[in-house]
Amino acid sequence: MGFINHEKVAGKMASRTAKNSFVKGLFLAATLFGLVVLAILIYRIITQGIGYLDGDFFTNFASRRPENAGIKAAIFGSIWLMAVAAPVSIILGVGCAIYLELYAKKNKFTRLIQMNIANLAGVPSIVFGLLGLTVFVRMLEMGRSVLAGGLTMSLLIVPIIVVASQEALRAVSKDIQEASYGLGATKWQTIRRVVLPAAVPGIITGVILALSRAVGETAPLIVIGALSFVAFVPENIWSGFTVMPIQIFNWTSRPQTDFHDVAAAGIVVLLIMLLLMNSIAVLIRNKFSKRY
Amino acid sequence: MKFKSLLATLTVSSALLLAACGNGDGSKSNGAAGSGSSKELSGTVQIDGSSTVFPIMEAVSEEYAAEQPNVKAPIGVAGTGGGFEKFINGETDISNASRPIKEEEIQALKDKNIKYEEFEIAYDGLSVVVNKENDFIDKLTVEELQKMWLETGKVKTWADVREGWPKEPIKFYSPGTDSGTYDYFDEVILEEEQMRKDTTLSEDDNVLVQGVQGNKNAIGYFGYAYYLENKDNLKVVPIVNSKGKAVTPKPETIMSGEYEPLSRPLYFYANVESLKKPEVYDFINFTLENAGPLAEEVGYVSLKEEEYKEALKKLEQHKK
Repeated sequence: MGFINHEKVAGKMASRTAKNSFVKGLFLAATLFGLVVLAILIYRIITQGIGYLDGDFFTNFASRRPENAGIKAAIFGSIWLMAVAAPVSIILGVGCAIYLELYAKKNKFTRLIQMNIANLAGVPSIVFGLLGLTVFVRMLEMGRSVLAGGLTMSLLIVPIIVVASQEALRAVSKDIQEASYGLGATKWQTIRRVVLPAAVPGIITGVILALSRAVGETAPLIVIGALSFVAFVPENIWSGFTVMPIQIFNWTSRPQTDFHDVAAAGIVVLLIMLLLMNSIAVLIRNKFSKRY
Repeated sequence: MKFKSLLATLTVSSALLLAACGNGDGSKSNGAAGSGSSKELSGTVQIDGSSTVFPIMEAVSEEYAAEQPNVKAPIGVAGTGGGFEKFINGETDISNASRPIKEEEIQALKDKNIKYEEFEIAYDGLSVVVNKENDFIDKLTVEELQKMWLETGKVKTWADVREGWPKEPIKFYSPGTDSGTYDYFDEVILEEEQMRKDTTLSEDDNVLVQGVQGNKNAIGYFGYAYYLENKDNLKVVPIVNSKGKAVTPKPETIMSGEYEPLSRPLYFYANVESLKKPEVYDFINFTLENAGPLAEEVGYVSLKEEEYKEALKKLEQHKK
């Protein structure tokens, strides 16, 4: 094979393999970077907060004394908020995605809607807070309630759910849909029995990501008048409430360094809650993935 | 129902806990309150406003929950201005403020036909602090402060402030422009002129504490509570008052008014209409009776005994 100059190839060999391993190392470092940052973060927070993480921390309300301070009101507030925001945003978000993806004609109008939803997903959260304040708190006179907070949060996360659900619906193979129609199924039957089950893992992933964002949001809730000191658990959707990020923020801004450790304990609880939510998502995803 | 009973047991147990560990100030305040109100009240007291006043109100509300377990007194932190906005909208019964109510806010209340009553709750002494290693600064006058913090003062190094001080550039730290603390400093020191633009502003006072701690040539100011918690790592600067005496912020000097002009009263405003509700009236009564020791506990300075008494008299006029 006289076409290949073996000498020349061999001469370049060293630098080529060096480049190869350099690039590999670079990408490995990029991957590890996130891991290292997370590890440091978790290590710092746990060592700081571990002293306050006991049973009392979950059963006590906020207090001026760090040793008595607990996160109960905030945990229940966050759960209540999710209980309002999750169903509203899932029904609106998935419903909108199904319409846009499976029913709507592809014309200028739907493209406009599409563009607006994408834009909404990028609107700063505080703007939704102001919207919630004017519409829910003032106009509809819901006051500073869990209901107003939950609805504001749904506004914030609906666009994310719509976009994620659309992706999931689009990924469902056209072949099985056609097969369903071929067997005489109506559109709704096809959606319910074929498209949705196949799209559920993707939809759920989007929903959980969106809800995780909602759990961590502070700004819009501060705007609508969520509270910072609450010595009770919300009783119904009209109750005032606080949520974990607000409580944590409140603790970190205290002058007393003991409260900063209490805040770290609060962050650990928030992280655990997020991990739980994500594991539920993984479980659901696995269950449905096996069927299809 | 389940939640309610759980809540009740919790408040009772936390009350017991509080009573158990409250010695000195705590038990005194519990005792004083016990005599004030005897009958069980229920309802909600809506409180919002300044984040500076928040720790005091939180302490009051926490103690009050032990006193009247069925009255809810949750507190929001919308800031002084944000709190007044809600107050003007009739959404809150009590609005906490770290500055007196402004002219336009009074007008807005008038337009809405809302009558209000002003109460002082405690004092705060804005503390001017420098790095621990700063060994040359002994005191500052108001004029010097003004020259340092104003854009027009043209101060770059310590030598520009006073002869003989080192020629090292100063680093400035200040609370953010949304805070009542900034407003107060701006009013009494800067006479509402523009603060120098190279100042590091932060809404989180802990950032200021860390900034001053970490820079040998830094200067900053914030509420007394933040100095008190970090006094081992910061040096507080005595400020020359109008009588020419250099005064260090301390509870005694703040309370007596000797530490001026940087000590300021903190306020809360009550909606007069709300005072007709027994739970709101009782809550404010409890606040004025117990705010002193509770304020000291969370790093503020109590008003004088007679000032609280006067405030209570003011409140009594609204008793129907």
